[in-house]
Amino acid sequence: MIPKSGNRFSDKIMHNGKKSGESDSTQSNQTVAPAQSPARVALRQLRRSRLALPGLAIVLVFILCGILAPLIAPDDPYRNDLMNVLMPPSAAHWFGTDELGRDLFSRILYGTRISLAEGLISVALAAAIGVPVGLVAGYAGGAVAAVIMRIIDVLLAFPGVLLAIVIISILGPGLTNAIIAVAIYTVPIFARLARGATLTVKDEPYVEAARAAGLSDLRILARHVFPNISATLFVMMTLRVAIAILTAASLSFLGLGAQAPLPEWGAMLAASRSAMLIAPHVALFPGLATILLVFGLNLFQDGLRQVLDPKLQDR
Amino acid sequence: MLAFLTTRLAQAIPVLFGVSLAVFLMLHLIPGDPAALIAGADATAADVENVRQSLGLDRPLAAQYLGFVGRALSGDFGKSFRTGRPVLEEVLPRYANTLALGAIALSLAIVIGMASGIVSAVRRHTLFDNAALILSLAGVSMPTFFLGLMLMLVFSVWLGWLPLSGMSSWAHFILPAITLSTASVAIISRVMHASLIEVLSEDYVRTARAKGQRESVVIWRHAVRNALIPVVTVAGLQLGYLLGGAVVTETVFAWPGLGRLLVQSILARDFPVVQASVLLLAVSFVAINLATDLIYGLIDPRIRAR
Repeated sequence: MIPKSGNRFSDKIMHNGKKSGESDSTQSNQTVAPAQSPARVALRQLRRSRLALPGLAIVLVFILCGILAPLIAPDDPYRNDLMNVLMPPSAAHWFGTDELGRDLFSRILYGTRISLAEGLISVALAAAIGVPVGLVAGYAGGAVAAVIMRIIDVLLAFPGVLLAIVIISILGPGLTNAIIAVAIYTVPIFARLARGATLTVKDEPYVEAARAAGLSDLRILARHVFPNISATLFVMMTLRVAIAILTAASLSFLGLGAQAPLPEWGAMLAASRSAMLIAPHVALFPGLATILLVFGLNLFQDGLRQVLDPKLQDR
Repeated sequence: MLAFLTTRLAQAIPVLFGVSLAVFLMLHLIPGDPAALIAGADATAADVENVRQSLGLDRPLAAQYLGFVGRALSGDFGKSFRTGRPVLEEVLPRYANTLALGAIALSLAIVIGMASGIVSAVRRHTLFDNAALILSLAGVSMPTFFLGLMLMLVFSVWLGWLPLSGMSSWAHFILPAITLSTASVAIISRVMHASLIEVLSEDYVRTARAKGQRESVVIWRHAVRNALIPVVTVAGLQLGYLLGGAVVTETVFAWPGLGRLLVQSILARDFPVVQASVLLLAVSFVAINLATDLIYGLIDPRIRAR
């Protein structure tokens, strides 16, 4: 059987081993000297990585901007000023003003909160559903796993953002619904990854030992299987946050996600499309903000993967 | 080969069943009475009852589903609420436009992605390799709609080299195809890169070098051909994602494709068109995956044997 990738981006993460199940987290744990915690080793390697730290720095700046938005923002992101519409960047308005005279810099700062919420909440939801499903499917096997995997196959048969769009068409447009839609669209990816990783871990001697010691299945899953696949899952979560932000912004751009006057970057771009021809900055800044945040997440993810995937290190 | 073919076909059937069931249930999952939804916003109670009767919405769900599949197989998806025309007549020409754009974008993605992947793998740790890595990360970080708008601004508005939107000549294909293919270029490039690096460390490559073959022969005849298999899978998947991802690109460039029709139909709550578009895109994706697996089986006999 050919391993199929659930998402166009997830191939990036799997291209090496070709199977999502080939988790190397177990090996990285075994190669660690007993005196050092795996987390500390990972941290030290992370510091050496060329990509992860700049990526993390970018993401942290955005998180800070989001948290501190009310303190930093020079203006109310919703206040119209019809005397000053589409002003180019100046000392008073660093990023200029939009088609309603609102301060773009303030809107982008507040928009950081929305984008981060879109990415983090939807991925947290997706992992909270997908990971247990995948763990059970991988560990139990048999009819349960077969049914779960067929359902996942069906969900994965809707290419790209199509599944999210289908869910929006049922729930109706809006920011909350977009987050739910992106979460559901991400669930099968976590379920399949968790199942694959569980399959490789479940025949390891330490799991067999736990079973021989008479531990309950639930305890084995929680204490022995999950910790050993968590590194793989964490890398995937970072990647998926980046994709979730892009997907939610796309939905908002299409009018299916966050609606005006929310300062969501995709929605801002859609709203200022017609003004773009005379005042390109209205499209430029929300777009650049999106690219930079997602780029930071992708850099961090790529560096993280190299640290947590020892096979990559000699490359 | 025949056994491989039948297994793969048999695996596709439950997926198609599930997809059709999901698309059928969409109408019933939307809050409210499906008959009232279909009859439209300004329908009277009698109209709603009429729709319920004629579409059999008063029958059990299982019977309704069979009716839906039966009609869908004969190409009957009902009439569009917006235009009153049969849905299939609305959807098929748009589908052809999306396929045309998707095919061109995929060709671009394969040519550019493979070339940059091969060069960056052969010239590892050079400036080109590092630039390709950063560019492909930027490529997957770029929101499609933003890239499209910026290309439009620069090449259509400022420079005036290319048409703004629509699809009346070949020049209209250039910007949408570049926009649509960017993420796929990045992904194919990274997969080609990783796969070729793996193959270059294989024994048969060392043997080929040891027997004194020219490096170009080693790369092309021994390495690239063996490194192609994951690339074929990814390229097949990308075609599916290009069809789905076309939604955004088509909206930016006012491309008369299926994705744009889908978004317009969702916003106008034109559900028969939504159902038909979603079903068409999902079935195409399943078919493309099946075709990819078959190609895979053809070029790599080891897979058939399993």
